[in-house]
Amino acid sequence: MAVPTSTAAGLDAAAIRADFPVLAEQVHERPLVYLDNAATSQKPRAVIDALHTYYETYNANIHRGLHALSERATAEYEAARARVASFINAAHPHEVIFTRGTTEAINLVARGWGDENVSEGDEILLTEMEHHSNLVPWQMLAKRRGAQLRYIPMDVEGRIDLEAYARMFGPRTRLVAVTHMSNVLGTITPAAEIVEIAHTHHVPVLLDAAQSIPHLPVDVQALGADFVAFSGHKMLGPTGIGVLYGRESLLDAMEPLFGGGSMIRVVELHQSTWTGLPEKLEGGTPNIAGAIGLGAAVDYLDRVGMPNITAHEHALTEYALNLLGDLEGVCVFGPPDATDRGGVISFYVGDVHPHDVGTLLDADGIAVRAGHHCAQPLMRKLGVAATARASLYLYNTEYEVDCLAEGITRAKSFFA
Amino acid sequence: MTLEDLYREVIMDHYRRPRNRGALADANVVMEGVNPLCGDEIKLWLSIDDAGLITGAAFDGHGCSISQSSASIMTAAVVGKPLADAHAVIAGFRSMMLEGETPDEALLGDGVALEGVRKFPVRIKCAVLSWNTLQLGLDEHATAGGQRVELHHSES
Repeated sequence: MAVPTSTAAGLDAAAIRADFPVLAEQVHERPLVYLDNAATSQKPRAVIDALHTYYETYNANIHRGLHALSERATAEYEAARARVASFINAAHPHEVIFTRGTTEAINLVARGWGDENVSEGDEILLTEMEHHSNLVPWQMLAKRRGAQLRYIPMDVEGRIDLEAYARMFGPRTRLVAVTHMSNVLGTITPAAEIVEIAHTHHVPVLLDAAQSIPHLPVDVQALGADFVAFSGHKMLGPTGIGVLYGRESLLDAMEPLFGGGSMIRVVELHQSTWTGLPEKLEGGTPNIAGAIGLGAAVDYLDRVGMPNITAHEHALTEYALNLLGDLEGVCVFGPPDATDRGGVISFYVGDVHPHDVGTLLDADGIAVRAGHHCAQPLMRKLGVAATARASLYLYNTEYEVDCLAEGITRAKSFFA
Repeated sequence: MTLEDLYREVIMDHYRRPRNRGALADANVVMEGVNPLCGDEIKLWLSIDDAGLITGAAFDGHGCSISQSSASIMTAAVVGKPLADAHAVIAGFRSMMLEGETPDEALLGDGVALEGVRKFPVRIKCAVLSWNTLQLGLDEHATAGGQRVELHHSES
């Protein structure tokens, strides 16, 4: 059963959908409508093939073998790093550190940079809409070091009060760690302004870009961010691979999170010295296949073109906001229009609990997320225990948004 | 797997017209159960007399239809029963939900309607929240020697 495709922007949705094998799957005898992209994206055949090719033709460990397979694996792994670096416009490939994902990347900064640079009484600025992965590592650091977490004022749509933010800086402000796009509200934060204000106070900024880099063209140098964390699996890549981008001087001064193989220069019985970037921060055999898969994902995104993807999602988000906004009893969280907003749409359907909404939509083959989205403080601010969330990507279509709206209407009448 | 397995008519009836909803003024066992992963919350009140008879059972809370209807069904199943029977009802319900045992309708009453939830593994925790909370409340009551019991339970 073919799913009709249509798109407001210039993307050839039918061609794109054909690249993603899972999109042809049936769920409960219905065509899959996958709207859970903020949790994880689907994978194009190019990424799946890259993983296959690695395991089937040149599987080997990197940076140590003197044999042909190891040389090829090393070259492909480092080529993936270079591709990711160019994708985000990092100044050097070695400013891209491969991690398991966003969570590990942020923990790496909290430990490797935070333990060295944050002391008792120091302050870290966050927002209330951070994903737990950009909140809990800072709570842990604050506890270890006796530091304070302070929250930048924002409204329930996730709009940061920049003037209030600028007034929060003091002699003890050590770091700003904020999301670039809320995984609940879809709000895109003014990252360049946030960085600019922080830099006037000589305070570095970490951007949680897990939701932004898959969907927007991001130039880390133009933004001026000091650390940027993101995950491969939300941008068409495999799970278990992610990136910490860091400014060279900051990464150089960081302590490793993992001691072990490949991060050392000389190991003696009682002490060791570290090697340089990026290996210093990538102890142990890395996720070689994952990095190569992420390289293929970045190639795919580049071929489609990030500006095209952003335009497509922008149009689709606008379409979805209009459609859902017109449904009686449906409350959409986050900015009401698509300005400075990504395609992450959290909503509530009358009195129907989000888990019931999720189950009913699933019965129609529609995959959404229901829950607190790893953002419990934000849920409290919104005054709900959970929301349902539909999140869009390049392969989604207006037809699928129509399916969502119909499914919501059915759920509402089911519980009426 | 069909939606009707999950949202049986009996369940929807308890969801739309909950039995025993609202605080019980003379309760001597007051329990709160939460499922932090999904935010379901159940408050339970029991009045247990000196002879060990459950003379009153009530609940309040918020959460999905399964968690709320399950609490309604549970209060209806244990009210008016001696403690030993209530323990048997809880054990019967939990073995149905968690171990797939064939339920005894005479024992569980409307509780058998929740058997279909087993086909939706992620929703089982919604159905058992109130029952787990009640079990802990009864255990606490047994060790409290007639004292009023207040208990907070959080599913892991």
